[in-house]
Amino acid sequence: MGSTIIEKIVRNNIGNVVHPGEIVTVNVDRVMIHDIFIPFVASKFEEMGFQKLWDADKVVLIYDHLVPASQVDDTRHFRIGNEFVEKYGMKNIHRSDGICHQLMTEAGYVKPGDIVFGTDSHTTTYGCVGAFSSGIGYTEMASILGTGTLWIRVPETIKVNITGKLPENVMAKDIILKLIGDLGADGATYKALEFTGDTVENMTVASRMSMANMAIEAGAKCALFTPDDKTAEYCGITLTEKERDLAGDADAQYCQVIAYKAEDFVPVMACPSNVDNVKPVSELVGKEIDQVFIGSCTNGRLEDLMAAAEVLKGKHVAPFVKLIVTPASRRIYREAVANGTMAALAEAGAIITHPSCGLCCGRTGGILTDGETVIATNNRNFLGRMGTSKVNIYLASPKSAAACAVAGKIIVP
Amino acid sequence: MDKFTGKIWVLGDDIDTDIIIPTEYLALKTVQDMAPYAFSPLRPELAGQIKEGDIIVAGKNFGCGSSREQAPEIIKALGIKCVIAKSFARIFFRNSINNGLLLIENDKLQGDVKEGDEITVAINEFIECHGKQYPVTSLPQNLVDILNAGGLVKAMQRRNNLKV
Repeated sequence: MGSTIIEKIVRNNIGNVVHPGEIVTVNVDRVMIHDIFIPFVASKFEEMGFQKLWDADKVVLIYDHLVPASQVDDTRHFRIGNEFVEKYGMKNIHRSDGICHQLMTEAGYVKPGDIVFGTDSHTTTYGCVGAFSSGIGYTEMASILGTGTLWIRVPETIKVNITGKLPENVMAKDIILKLIGDLGADGATYKALEFTGDTVENMTVASRMSMANMAIEAGAKCALFTPDDKTAEYCGITLTEKERDLAGDADAQYCQVIAYKAEDFVPVMACPSNVDNVKPVSELVGKEIDQVFIGSCTNGRLEDLMAAAEVLKGKHVAPFVKLIVTPASRRIYREAVANGTMAALAEAGAIITHPSCGLCCGRTGGILTDGETVIATNNRNFLGRMGTSKVNIYLASPKSAAACAVAGKIIVP
Repeated sequence: MDKFTGKIWVLGDDIDTDIIIPTEYLALKTVQDMAPYAFSPLRPELAGQIKEGDIIVAGKNFGCGSSREQAPEIIKALGIKCVIAKSFARIFFRNSINNGLLLIENDKLQGDVKEGDEITVAINEFIECHGKQYPVTSLPQNLVDILNAGGLVKAMQRRNNLKV
């Protein structure tokens, strides 16, 4: 019997053939801790009695949720993080380079076939390069820092096959939102999502990132794309045979197979206040808006900013709408300046902020109040995420978001 | 804790972490302070009725929702010996084992029992109720070790030869 991608990654890691449902201990290739949880990880690590990190080079600490500090208490997280880095001889620390999930692949910390854990539920993102990555709690992170290992339950796999050419106004974000709407918020719990088909093969790594990022919103443990030439170029590596083999075998066992025709997709939005409350934008047309947010680890990449700039070119944001653009990393910021994207966004009336999690985690840059409506390109629209619990958050693609910013209401891009 | 008997409380499907402990109580200082509010959106009286050694039997997707580690900690603080459900949400499952709370998956039991019944659990062997035995999937030894140690922090302390 053949294997799915996740079964191959785990097999390669532990040296034994594995099957869904088995619980095995894996060797961790890399971990990511962000500023919110570093104080908890540090105290659990020392409470457990560890004297040193299992491998300091494999640990990455990224400040992103709280950067730059907006409350005095935020600085405590940086102080504790800096002390931890100093005490345990860490080198991999990013204090203001961008969002953790962007940096982990952009800065080369994750390669195809790696097993990676992070103290954030959107750690599923690194499946974009064919890595098994998932979110964990701070107690488990502390134990990995000491042991370099973690137990996992080998997940069943749901295969999602997408073929054909996407309509012009549809982005990868629309695909993943549609899938989450179809599966439901617990439709992939415990499971791996495996994406195949020529639509996916023709996608950029950045687009695959948007999709892997949101796998958790259907409860998935991870999302996986087969490494290809685009992956190799993105990671700056030559793929080995083992890495190229990270594809589902023809006789692999899937617990569910879902097939989509790319031509059938339309722009969609996740409506308040659940990510699986997904509707075609055409059914929402006319709803007045107060703000638009383009950014986050889901959609703050260069192609997202360029897609928005393309829509905004020669136009202007509606006078009563605030358009907030937050690049996912410092590198993306520089590239968007260099190729004229930032100028186009600024001329159209965008407020451009520093690279960080920004409004996505409701900490800085554009908090809203009762009755206000925001069209946002991030991954969660839960109650209270961007201000009060009476803010209406609609999740959308960068193209849809930019079109709404100009119109001052929801329109089809 | 290889074999034990306890009185059961029966709950339904999709018992989420907001039911187990609503967000408004997460700011309380300790898990003991939060415990009286456990399950309050669903059954406000339940936390006060649960006794040391009791067992929860529930439906599918128990513990769905947020990653709050307080959810399993509170169930444990109430004295619950184990939770038996048709299925568990992934992060809750991990957080439970890591906080020393035993979870057992069984899709038949909930339909056969009523609240107040006594059941016997033999870890990694079977569940017994009204003379009928239900097989259970065995947990691997490393997870049993974490549970027996009283959670991941204590298991790591033992590993590192600290006095626990």
